[in-house]
Order: sequence, then structure tokens, then C-alpha cells
Amino acid sequence: METKTKFDLKLGMATREAFGRALVDLGRENKNVVALDADLSKSTYTHFFAKEFPERFVECGIAEANMIAIGAGLASSGKIPFAASFSCFAINKGFEQLRVAVAYPNVNLKVVGTHSGISIGEDGPSQMSIEDLGLACSLPGFTVLSPSDEVCMRALVFAAAAHVGPVFLRAGRPKAAVVHAAGQPFEIGGSVQLTDGRDLTIIAHGLLVAEAIRAQEALEAEGVSARVIDMYSIKPLDKEAISRAAGETRAIVVAEEHLVASGLGVRVSQVVAETHPCPMEFVGIQDTYAESGTPEELMEKYGLLASNIIAASQRVLSRK
Amino acid sequence: MKKTSNAAELQAIAKQMRREIVEMITYAKSGHPGGSLSVVEILVTLFFDVLRHDPANPKWPDRDHFILSKGHAAPVLYTVMAECGYTPKDQLNTLRKLGSIYQGHPDVRFIPALEASTGSLGEGLSIGIGMSLAAKLDQRPSRSYVVLGDGEIQEGQIWESAMFGGDKAVDNLVAIVDYNHIQLDGFVNDILPLDPLPDKWRAFNWHAIEVDGHSIPALQAAFAEAAATKGKPTVIVAHTIKGKGVSFMENNPKFHGTAPTQEEMEKALMELA
Repeated sequence: METKTKFDLKLGMATREAFGRALVDLGRENKNVVALDADLSKSTYTHFFAKEFPERFVECGIAEANMIAIGAGLASSGKIPFAASFSCFAINKGFEQLRVAVAYPNVNLKVVGTHSGISIGEDGPSQMSIEDLGLACSLPGFTVLSPSDEVCMRALVFAAAAHVGPVFLRAGRPKAAVVHAAGQPFEIGGSVQLTDGRDLTIIAHGLLVAEAIRAQEALEAEGVSARVIDMYSIKPLDKEAISRAAGETRAIVVAEEHLVASGLGVRVSQVVAETHPCPMEFVGIQDTYAESGTPEELMEKYGLLASNIIAASQRVLSRK
Repeated sequence: MKKTSNAAELQAIAKQMRREIVEMITYAKSGHPGGSLSVVEILVTLFFDVLRHDPANPKWPDRDHFILSKGHAAPVLYTVMAECGYTPKDQLNTLRKLGSIYQGHPDVRFIPALEASTGSLGEGLSIGIGMSLAAKLDQRPSRSYVVLGDGEIQEGQIWESAMFGGDKAVDNLVAIVDYNHIQLDGFVNDILPLDPLPDKWRAFNWHAIEVDGHSIPALQAAFAEAAATKGKPTVIVAHTIKGKGVSFMENNPKFHGTAPTQEEMEKALMELA
């Protein structure tokens, strides 16, 4: 199979940096785009936008609730605001405002949460966002996106701006392996099938997409044919791709850097249950908070590597 | 609609609105009469005199923005918008009923002319700041007016937005605090006191004005002073009486969130005749 050489998984930009760079280009195209930050612009990379468009950058200080609701006001006056912070702060400290000032009146605000998951490393659990997708998906009308690499992030920044309605865009801290070819199209509600496969399907988002590819390559060497899907659109979901995967491969593993109890996995399993019920396994963070460590150490300790996906694949195959 | 600066004409509209507020909450059998009646003069003065707006063109880009951050006082907003011609007057008594545009708290899905859906306290001032910033970016003359409850400003977000508005010199923004001294559980001073209230705002770099919130000429003067104040936002601390205009509701915590009975409504309407 040619898939082995198809992915060299070379490290690219962190998705947060890809966001920050794309936002500048978006700002050049559309003068209605504004950015807000809560004293983390050097970490969220909105400082690129702030430098080029100081008049369209709103530094809110460490006050996320105020930032989200100011963003709602800007959006209601025709602006396309991108409000950025660490994901845990934007979502958790801004959640009430996301609910009442954004989701409920269906306001056109884009929220960008960087430093998602546990791969931020040493800072530890207070800065780690492992609940954000569950919370964001629980808001009616919200679009929720989790790009895997710089190519995907760049496209989704533009897709988020073109979409009328609230969007949550999840970004990571570490450099992310490039899994997509330049020019790959991405749309809200879509997904990208990276490899075809007969025996099972691995569905992943964010950093776990690269791990899924590594797992697929190892499984292939053992004669197991795995389909890998980058399910970057957490909500709305590409139900058609999930249904097809469940029907054709009859076994699914979902892998993500998020609590298994409230992430993509539960959303995929709902579609599987409604269409072609089949055995499923879930790779993700169990019902716990992580700790300080290097990103690599944490991804290993909390079971978010290709080896964990391989083990889950073997379990799911044994249940077919 | 016909705008007017005549205090007697505005007072007449205020009286009519008080009647409608009492009636609609009675028919709804639930709602918040006290804090609706306390801000009647404030809303009448804004909608019939001060605000740049056009009920025939609710999304006029150069309009001023009004946000009732204390969304539980929805009946006062509904009556003033109906008096202006935004919404049907003959449906006011469908308040809180299934399918009514007059939802329990202001809801832009049902009344698109509303500037914000409110009801969860503490959020309106931030939203108003966002609208004021957008107006400045677009060099529009729009100003934002946000009515806050006194109990509401116990919310932390209010002070986030106060700090922001003062620092960023959002001078096309006016906050009006309905200082009626009563919140759901009782008197503000017994629960979490706010004094010295104007000084708190001044410390956040706001221009603060204290007025009798039931004096239309005093309110007109305060809004004019706010418009003339450059380089900082203005807060108007409006001294008001909860339940104003109905003797047995005035300063009575019971009528924060309790609907009048049919008998009480008739008594109130006699007082407001």
C-alpha cells in the first residue's frame, strides 16, 4: 500500500500559531474581523493581528466573562469577532456568557480556545482544557471545530468567519505533525478520510489524528486494514461518514485528547447506535485530571499515543 | 412615533405604561412589578426623548442601542416598545404565555428589534461596550444605554466591564443604575451593600451623576450631561423607589417578583387613574 509513504508526519506549526497567522490574513481580506484577548495574546498568537490591526484588537485584560460579552456586542453590531484565550479560561470562565449572550441569541462570535488538552505539559491541570468540547457542544447552535494541523486550522479560520453563527475553534500548544496536503478542502460538518480500510475505522481529532495514522501504519504491518478519519468538525458531525464507516468496517475506535465521557466519542457512538451499531472503543482521558510533566510524558501516562490506539483496535477487533 | 421633550407629556406616557405593567403582570400571574415600575421614567425619557431610534427601521445602523441588563424588568421594556410602535400593544397581556413575543425575559428571537437577550444578570454592560466599540470603529454616532439593577451590580462581571469602560474611555456608553435598594431576598443594604456607589464608579474612571430617577427633567439633564462628557463613560445613579406609583408596592420587597392579584390590580389601577 502506498499509504505508508503518504504521511511523513513532519512537525509543522502549533495549531494556535496557525490560527494567529490565518487571522491576520483574514483581517486583511475583511475589515469587519476584530480580535479580542484576555492578556494571553503572546500565547494565543493574536499578537500578530494586534500588531497589524491595533485599532481592531481589543485587549480585555484578565476578564474572560467581559471579553465574551463584549465580543457578543461587537458581533451584534456587524463585526466578526474572534475572542481568544486558553481554552479552559475562554470556555469555563466565559461559559455563562457563551450561553446567554452568544448561543441563546445566536450571536456571530468566534471563540478560539488554545492550549487545549493535556499536551500543554508543565503548567498542569488548572491550565488544561479537557472538558471544553463537551461544554461547547452542549450549547445549542454552536459549531465546534478541532483542527489537527496547520493546514486544517488555516482553512477552518476562514470557514468559521464565513459561517454566520457562533463557533468554537480548539487549538493546541505544541507543534503539530502535518497530516493534510496543502489545498485540502475543509468544511463545517465535513471530515477527511486519510486512509481507506476494511477491518476497522479510527476516528480522531486534534493531535490524535497523527497518532491514528501511526497506529494505522503499525496495524497494516500486522495485516489489519484500518480506515482513518480526521473528524475535525465535532459539531455538526459528518454523520454520513460515520454511518458509512460503521456499516463498512463494523468496528470503530475514537481517539481524542479530551475526557472520554463528553468528547467526540460519545457523539460518534450516538450516530453509530442510530445507524449501524457495532463494537466501539474509546481512547481519551479517563475521569481524572492530569498533572505536570513534559507533553510527551503526559500523552504516554494518560494513554493518548499510537500504542493506545493500537491496543484499542485489537480490543475492538476481538469483539467483532 | 412622536418624540417629545415635554415633561408633562412624558409623565402621561409613564402613567399609561405603569397601568399596562400592572395589568400584564397580573394576567401573566407571575413577573417582576417592583423593578419594572421603578424605571418607568428612565425608559420613557430615553425612548421618547433621548434615544436616536426609529421603530419603522429598527436596524438603522446609526441608531442608539438600549439594553435592559436587568432583564427581569421586561414588562417596562415591552410597554415602552409597544408605546413606540415596535410591537403590538394589544398583545401585551399575552406576557409569559406560550407563543407570545412578550417572553418572560427579553428574547431577540421573538422581538428582533431588541438589542440583546438578557435575564442572566451582569452581562448587559459588556454587551453595550461591544456595541459602543463597534460604533467607534465604524465612526457611527451610535451611543449605548444600559439599565442595570442595583442588586445586579453585585455580579463580578459588572466590575470587569466598569474597569474596561473607564480605562478604554468608552464615552459613547451610559450606564443607569436603578438604585431602588431592594433585591429578591430583601434590602440591598442587608444583603450586600453598594455604597458609596457613585464613588465606586468614579474610582473606575467613570463620570458619575446622581439623580432622582423619577424626575423626568432631572433625567433629561443627566442624559445631556452624559452626552457632553468626553473621554470617559457616564454612570447615572438613579435614586428610585421600587414599585413606584402603587402605594402598597412601593418599597415592598414582596413585589420584587410577585404578581398582583386581580383585586390588587384593580386597586393599583385606581391609584394610577
